[in-house]
Amino acid sequence: MTKHTQAPRLHFFSSNSIKLAITSLISITLACSLSTPAQAADSVKLASIVELTGSGATAGTNFKNGVNLAIKEINAAGGIMGKKIETTVMDTQSNPGIAKGLTKKAIDDDVFAVFGPVFSGSIIVSMAETRRAEIPNFTGGEAADITMQGNPYIFRTSFTQSIAIPKVANYIRRIALIKNLAIIYVNNDFGKGGNDVMLKSLDPSKTKIVADISTDPGQIDFSAAILKAKQSNADGIFVYVNEEESARILRELKKQGWNKPIVGETTLTGQKVIDLAGDAANGVRAHVGLTVDAPNPAIRAFKAKFEKEYKYTSDHNGMKGYSGVYILKAAIEKVGKFDRKAVAAALHGIKISTAAQPGVLMDVEIDNKGDLNRASFMVEVKNGKQEVILELPMIPTQH
Amino acid sequence: MTDFFQLVFSGLATGSIYALTALGFTLLWQASGTVNFATGEFVMLPAFSMLAFMSLGLPLLASFGITMLLSILVLGWGFKRVIVDPLIRHGMMPLIVATIGLSMMMRNGVRAGYSAEAFSFPSLFSDSIFTIAGIRISASDFGTFGFAIVIIFGVQMFIQKTVTGRAMQAVAQNTESATVLGINVKRMVLYTFAINAILATTAALLVTPVYLAKFDMGSGLGFKAFLAAIIGGFSNSRGALLGGLIIGVSENLAGAYVSPAYKDGVALALFMVVILFKPTGLLGKTIERKV
Amino acid sequence: MTTPTKRNTAITVVITACALIVPHFLKSYGLYLLTYWLIYVICTMGLNLIVGYAGQKALGQAAFLGIGAYTSAILLKAGYSFWLALPASGALCFLMGILVGFPALRVQMVYLAFATMGFSELLSLVMRNEEWLTGGTFGISDIPRPSLLGISLDGNVAYYYLVLTCTVIISLLLWGILRSPWGKAFTALRDNPIRAESLGIDIQRYTLLAFAIGSAFAGIAGALFASLVQFIEPSPFNTQISIMMYLMVVIGGPGYFLGPVIGAAIGVLAPEALRFAEGWYLFLFGAIVVGLMLWLPNGLLSIPVLLREKRLAREESSARANFRSLATTKNGGAR
Repeated sequence: MTKHTQAPRLHFFSSNSIKLAITSLISITLACSLSTPAQAADSVKLASIVELTGSGATAGTNFKNGVNLAIKEINAAGGIMGKKIETTVMDTQSNPGIAKGLTKKAIDDDVFAVFGPVFSGSIIVSMAETRRAEIPNFTGGEAADITMQGNPYIFRTSFTQSIAIPKVANYIRRIALIKNLAIIYVNNDFGKGGNDVMLKSLDPSKTKIVADISTDPGQIDFSAAILKAKQSNADGIFVYVNEEESARILRELKKQGWNKPIVGETTLTGQKVIDLAGDAANGVRAHVGLTVDAPNPAIRAFKAKFEKEYKYTSDHNGMKGYSGVYILKAAIEKVGKFDRKAVAAALHGIKISTAAQPGVLMDVEIDNKGDLNRASFMVEVKNGKQEVILELPMIPTQH
Repeated sequence: MTDFFQLVFSGLATGSIYALTALGFTLLWQASGTVNFATGEFVMLPAFSMLAFMSLGLPLLASFGITMLLSILVLGWGFKRVIVDPLIRHGMMPLIVATIGLSMMMRNGVRAGYSAEAFSFPSLFSDSIFTIAGIRISASDFGTFGFAIVIIFGVQMFIQKTVTGRAMQAVAQNTESATVLGINVKRMVLYTFAINAILATTAALLVTPVYLAKFDMGSGLGFKAFLAAIIGGFSNSRGALLGGLIIGVSENLAGAYVSPAYKDGVALALFMVVILFKPTGLLGKTIERKV
Repeated sequence: MTTPTKRNTAITVVITACALIVPHFLKSYGLYLLTYWLIYVICTMGLNLIVGYAGQKALGQAAFLGIGAYTSAILLKAGYSFWLALPASGALCFLMGILVGFPALRVQMVYLAFATMGFSELLSLVMRNEEWLTGGTFGISDIPRPSLLGISLDGNVAYYYLVLTCTVIISLLLWGILRSPWGKAFTALRDNPIRAESLGIDIQRYTLLAFAIGSAFAGIAGALFASLVQFIEPSPFNTQISIMMYLMVVIGGPGYFLGPVIGAAIGVLAPEALRFAEGWYLFLFGAIVVGLMLWLPNGLLSIPVLLREKRLAREESSARANFRSLATTKNGGAR
C-alpha cells in the first residue's frame, strides 16, 4: 500500500517550493556564468571531449589516456614553445546532444584546440561548433563523411574508412584471392560506414559478396550470423565489428570449424581481441593503420610508456590521441605562434616525420580536407601476437 | 536441417545464461516483493570481484569461494538492511528508483575504479568441441546448460520440499498468515536475499567466460533477465528457465530466418504479448485482485 | 483558505524576470544547457502526469521524445514549416500514446514498467534499423531551426526564448488540466483506484488519457529537441534515458507540480555540478539517488511537507507535555 502525504499538491506556489525553484534558477545561472576558469597567460588550453560512459566508453577512455600521456610528456619537456598545456576532460556520455553542449563550453572557455569526440555521431555536431568558432578539432572517428563536409577545422588522427577499407579490399582481391566474400559488420555508424565503403570498393566482377550480415553492438551469440556465412559458401570472411564482438565472432568461427581466410581491419587483431579470443585469433589477418606492435621504435617506446602509466596495453585509440597532440604541437611550432587560424591552415598539407617529432609515431601527412596519409601494415596473428606480414607505404599525394 | 538444430542448441546454451540471471530476480520478487533493477549488476560485481582476486594470484575456485561469502554479506544482507528494509514500506516506486541508483553506482564504480575495458574470464570447462550429428556443441555449452538445469531444479526442490523452503513460500504468499503460523518472517526474507546473492555469484561464474567481464555487462544481461522472468513467469523457478531458453533460441532463429537486425525483436514481441495477455507468464498462475 | 495572491503574483514576476534576463548573463554553453533543461522539463512534466498524478509506472518516455524528434526532423527536412511539425509531433505522440496505452494499461503496476521498457527497446530497434526513414545509426543531420513571421529563431538566445515560451504554455496547459475535473479524476485514480471506480470513474479511460497527454508532451519536447541539437540519432532516446527521466520525476517529487523542474534540473545539471569528481560523477549521481530515496522517498519537494509534519509532531508532543504537567499540578503536585 503506498503511503501518500496530505500535501496540497494542486497549489502552484507553496512558499517553500517556490523558494526552492528560485534558488535553483539563480544557482544555475551563477554556476554557468562562473564556470569559466581564469586564463593563465603562459599556458595553452586544450579540451578533451570524449565518450567516457555509454557505448563509446572503451574507445573514448583510451583516446583520452593517449592524449593525457602526450600532454604529460610535453609539459615535462617544457611545453609547446615554452607554454604548458592545460587540459579539461569532459564526458559526452556517448550522446551527441551532450557533445554539442560540451563543445560550446570548450569554446566559451576559449580553448586552443579540441580533442575528440571519437564517435561519429557526436563529431558531426561538435565539429559544426568548432568550425563556427574556428578552433582546430582533432577526432578519432573513422567515418568517411567527417572530412567531406568542407570543414577546414577538422583533422583526423586515424585513416578515414574511405582510405583504409579499400586497402583491405585490395588485399582481399589481389593477395588473398577471395572470390566469394561474406561480410559481418556491426550495426552502428562505425560498422555500417565501413560496410558501405567495402561494398563500393569491391569490383563485383572480381569478388562477389555472397553474404552481408549485420550484427548488434554488444551481441553475445553469433551462431546465427556465422551459420549464414557458412551457408553462403563464401571462401573468405571480412569481419568489421567492435572489440568484444570480434573476440566472440572469432571464437564462434573456430567452434563452427571455419577454415577459410578471416580478414579484418585494425580492431580485429588488436591485442585486446587476441587476449579475449585466445587461440581462435591465430591466423586472422588485418589491415592495421595503428598498432602498438609495429616494428617501429617510436611506437615501441609509446607502448612501453603507456603501459607504465596506465598498467594496461593501449589500443589504436590511445595511439590516435597521443599522436594527435604531437601533430598539433608540430603545427604550432611550424607557425611559430598560437594563432588558431594559422595553425589550422598550416595543418593542411603538413608533413611531419618521426625524426623531427617522434610523438607522431609514424611519418604523417595531412591533406587539405583534414584526412591523413600514413604508411600502414598488413598483420597476421601468430601464436597470440600480431606479426607484420606486409608494410604498405604511404601513397604519395597527387595534389 | 542440422543448421536449425545448431541454432537451437547454441540458443539453449545462451538461454541458460539468461535463465540463471533471471532466477535470482524471480526469487527476490516472489519472496519479498523487491523488484531489483540492478539484477545484471549483481552478476557483474561478483565477476569483477573474482577477477580482482585472481589478479592477486588466487586460483579460480578460491576466488569464487571468497566472492561468494562477500556476496552474501554485501549483496544479500547489506542490500536488504540498507536499501530494501527502509524503503519497502513506502511502496514500490522508491525501491525501484533506489535499485536504479544502485545499478548506476555499481556500473560506474567499476568503470571508474577498475577499468572501462573488457576482460576475459577463465571457464570451468575445457575448450573442446563435440560434433554430434553434424552439430557442433562446445563443452562450455553443455556445462552451462547442465549447471543451469541442476541449479534451477535444485532451487525448486529446496523451495518445495524442505521446511525452510516451504516457510519461504508461505512468507511470499501471505506474510501475515506466515507470522501467525509462527514463521520467523524476517529470517525467511533474509534467506531469500542470501540465496539471491548465491545465485548471482554462481551465474557470474558460469556467464562471464562467454559474456566477457565488462562494467556494462549488467545492462544487457539484466534486461534479458527481466524478459526471461516475465515470459516464463515467476511464480516458480522453472519459469525463469523456460523464459531464458525461449529467448536464447528465438534470438538465434530470428537472426537466421527473419532478419539479423531484428533478432531481438522476436523476444521483445513475445515479451509484449505475454505481458499484455498473461502477465504472470507462461508458467504463472493468475494473480487474484486484492480488495 | 485564500492563497496570498499578491505574494504569488510578485513571485511569478520575479521568476519571469529571471527567466527572461538570464540569457544575457550566460555564454553559449550555459544557454544551451538551460534550453536543454527546459526541454527536459516539458518532457518530465508529461511523465509526472502519468507517474505522479495518474500513478502509472511508465518507463518509456524517452521513446516518445524520440518519436517527436524524428517526426519533426523528417517533416522539417521534407520542407514543412516548424509550426506544422511541432503540433504534428505532439499529435502523433498523443495517438501513439493511446495505441500503446490501450493494451499496456490493462496490466498492473510493475508490469506496465516492463511493458513500456519493452516498447522503448522495440522503438530503439526500429530507429536504428529503418534507415530509409530515420537515417538509421547515421541519424538525421542539419535540422533547421524555425523562423517566426520572418524573424529567424536560429540564434541560441532566440531559440531559448522559443523553448521558454513553449514551456510556459505547456505548464499552464497542465495546470489547467489538473484543476479540471479530469485532473481530479487522475488524482483519485492514484490515491485509491478501487474507490474511484466505485464512484463511477472509468479507470481505463482516464489512465489512457493521462498516458496519451503525457506522451504528447514528450512529443512536443522532442520536436524542440531536434531543432536544438540539429542532429538526431537513436542514442538519446533509449531505455536508459527513459529510466533517467523516471528518476527525475521521482527525485523531484511525483505528483508535485514543480517536481519535474527540480528533477530535470538535477538530471541535466548534475553531471556539470559533479564534474570535479572526474570519472566518478555518475557513481556519485547514483549514490545521491539512493541516498535521496532513503531520506526522502517522496522526492525533494516533499521536504516542506516533512518539515511541517515534524513541526506539528513537535507541537503536539509539547502540547501533550503541557497538558500532563497541568493535570499533575491540578492533582496537588503528586505524581
